[in-house]
Amino acid sequence: MGWNRKVLRVNLTEGTCKAEPLNMQWADEYLGSRGLATKYLVSEIDPMVDPLAPENKMIMSTGPLTGTMASTGGRYTVVTKGPLTGAIACSNSGGFFGAEMKFAGWDMIIFEGRSPKPVYLYVENDKAELKDAADLWGKSCWETEESIKHRLQDPLVRVSSIGAAGENQVLFACIVNDLHRAAGRSGVGAVMGSKNLKAVALRGTKGVSGIKDMKAFMKITTEKKKVLADNAVTGEGLPKYGTQVLMNVINEMGALPTRNHKDVQFESAGKISAEAMHEKRPTDGKPQLVTNAACFGCTIACGRIAEIDKSHFTVVNNPKYWGASGGLEYEAAWALGAANGVGDLEALQYANLLCNEQGMDPISFGATIGAVMELYEMGVLTKEQLGIDAPFGSAEALARLTEMTALGEGFGKEIGQGSKRLCAKYGHPGLSMTVKGQEFPAYDARGIQGMGLAYATSNRGACHLRGYTVASEVLGIPVKTDPLVTEGKPELVKAFQDATAVFDAAGICVFTSFAWTLADVQPQIEAACEGDWSMEKLNAMGERIWNMERLFNNAAGLTNKDDDLPPRLKTEPAKVGPAKGLVSGVEKMLPEYYALRGWTPEGKPTAETLERLGL
Amino acid sequence: MRVVFKLFASLADFLPAGRRGNLVEIEADPGSTVGDLITRYQVPEKKAHLVLVNGHYIAPAGRATHVLQEGDEVAIWPPIAGG
Ligand code: SF4
Repeated sequence: MGWNRKVLRVNLTEGTCKAEPLNMQWADEYLGSRGLATKYLVSEIDPMVDPLAPENKMIMSTGPLTGTMASTGGRYTVVTKGPLTGAIACSNSGGFFGAEMKFAGWDMIIFEGRSPKPVYLYVENDKAELKDAADLWGKSCWETEESIKHRLQDPLVRVSSIGAAGENQVLFACIVNDLHRAAGRSGVGAVMGSKNLKAVALRGTKGVSGIKDMKAFMKITTEKKKVLADNAVTGEGLPKYGTQVLMNVINEMGALPTRNHKDVQFESAGKISAEAMHEKRPTDGKPQLVTNAACFGCTIACGRIAEIDKSHFTVVNNPKYWGASGGLEYEAAWALGAANGVGDLEALQYANLLCNEQGMDPISFGATIGAVMELYEMGVLTKEQLGIDAPFGSAEALARLTEMTALGEGFGKEIGQGSKRLCAKYGHPGLSMTVKGQEFPAYDARGIQGMGLAYATSNRGACHLRGYTVASEVLGIPVKTDPLVTEGKPELVKAFQDATAVFDAAGICVFTSFAWTLADVQPQIEAACEGDWSMEKLNAMGERIWNMERLFNNAAGLTNKDDDLPPRLKTEPAKVGPAKGLVSGVEKMLPEYYALRGWTPEGKPTAETLERLGL
Repeated sequence: MRVVFKLFASLADFLPAGRRGNLVEIEADPGSTVGDLITRYQVPEKKAHLVLVNGHYIAPAGRATHVLQEGDEVAIWPPIAGG
């Protein structure tokens, strides 16, 4: 069956933990993780709820393939209403936490209410209890994980926690598990903080049971692992260079947003790239990259483990950062680097470490610093306000502002509200590089046109992982399309969005899609889960999940006006590179996209569409 | 004519002497194609996965016919991806 058929409902206000059966009818319609948890959330909360109020709920959920021997089957999802966007928030993380939830016998944990005092949830197989976290409050994610393991005298406990950022309700706070994996986007960590929930610690010894056809499952998962191993991208490119290898590619294409999207190429891209991470440093003769790493059950292993230069000004007096730890991924390196014009790889790694330590999304944080630096250069923000000179390119400012934001000091409190609120407050709302209040990731909508539409229509605000058309427009997966044109992109974006929803709902990593299509995932689901899981059903399900999220957003007060890009991307053409002279054609693409989706010109699913999808 | 030749990731080893990071400036005969460069520097055909000239994608079938101009920047990657 793939599922444990068991949900843990934790009422933080009352301090209770109760088991209840999983709604199997919903599981049949929404599969798991992103799909199923969203179905629960939208059925249980008022879409107009204040995201940081006790009435909002937060769900941690696995998919039917989580914890199984399917490659990359270690993912879990946090679903809630997001404080950064006011839209559905759905953040996905790898590591080992998700698999542990399955091993403890649960499919998902629903948190409701607000605890009167800091607590953490401890689950050991069937036993679940809220424990006092007074002494953990104020601790970083790293200290929290260590303290809990020590306290429970169990090094195998898997921990998800918030750091100072989540406690302070930084609107882009994330939830960190296994030290450097994170449910990163949309501020899910702030919701956890608002509930006085410091951490979730899981210990499961049951393994995964209930696979529908074990023999068929073993056979098909082994076969599909071979597909990943034989594919040059998932078998070689990602493990060796990680996602960071894109830095030079996207820069060459003139689609690397630089200095708050003023430019599309960064002169120091090479210095902050995957290639730079492999190079020996003159100071200590070692490269920053130590090795790669894998999440639970992953046969790709794209993760980066890195060691910062001990003599760098950021850490020279701070040995706690000297050890090997989570390294820069492409998105983090871009947001902390190119987005601010900072070309100091060690400073980026320092900021990255702080983001992991105190639980902040490096994308939204770094991109917000881009806005801060632009406002500083315009004279709108001053040294007196910021506590430091902050021109584009200042590694010192990046390092200091990271500390201030993570710990909620001085102007860091305002940065922690994200760029939309910050730019509006200082009279320049157009300088916030966001959609629905969430900061862009690392692809410029002028140079990769499909991504502009993907950002504008992403249900959780600007995001690359809701419809990664870069695969097609840049890498030629599954087919190469021209990144500079808008023709055909609405269809491409929709196809990516719907397929990704299925990968997410299954509990596997979307990076498998560089080698797998839905046709590779389908037989794995089929062998694991009871019921009919035809391609036709999965395709319809992806579309159903997308529309369900959209309906929630519409009910939360978002409209087609929120499917838009900042004026800069629509009026200031790219200055150099292949996209020179181009702006985003998002306005041209949107009507066609709505029509393809079966939505009205106002972006609302029509009655026929809802009926067709069983919504 | 002068052409800027860039090889990234594991292909960097195929760059000739005189490289600066991942790039080298080379002298190429007028009329040279992208394919000629790939052959000249012995970049294995299967490894030359993503080829850009001045940031524009050159499909595998077009490499033998895409004639380079003075000052062009040719950049090549092995199979890679990101997110
Ligand atoms: S591909 Fe990377 S992010 Fe995905 S599961 Fe594997 S190691 Fe984790």
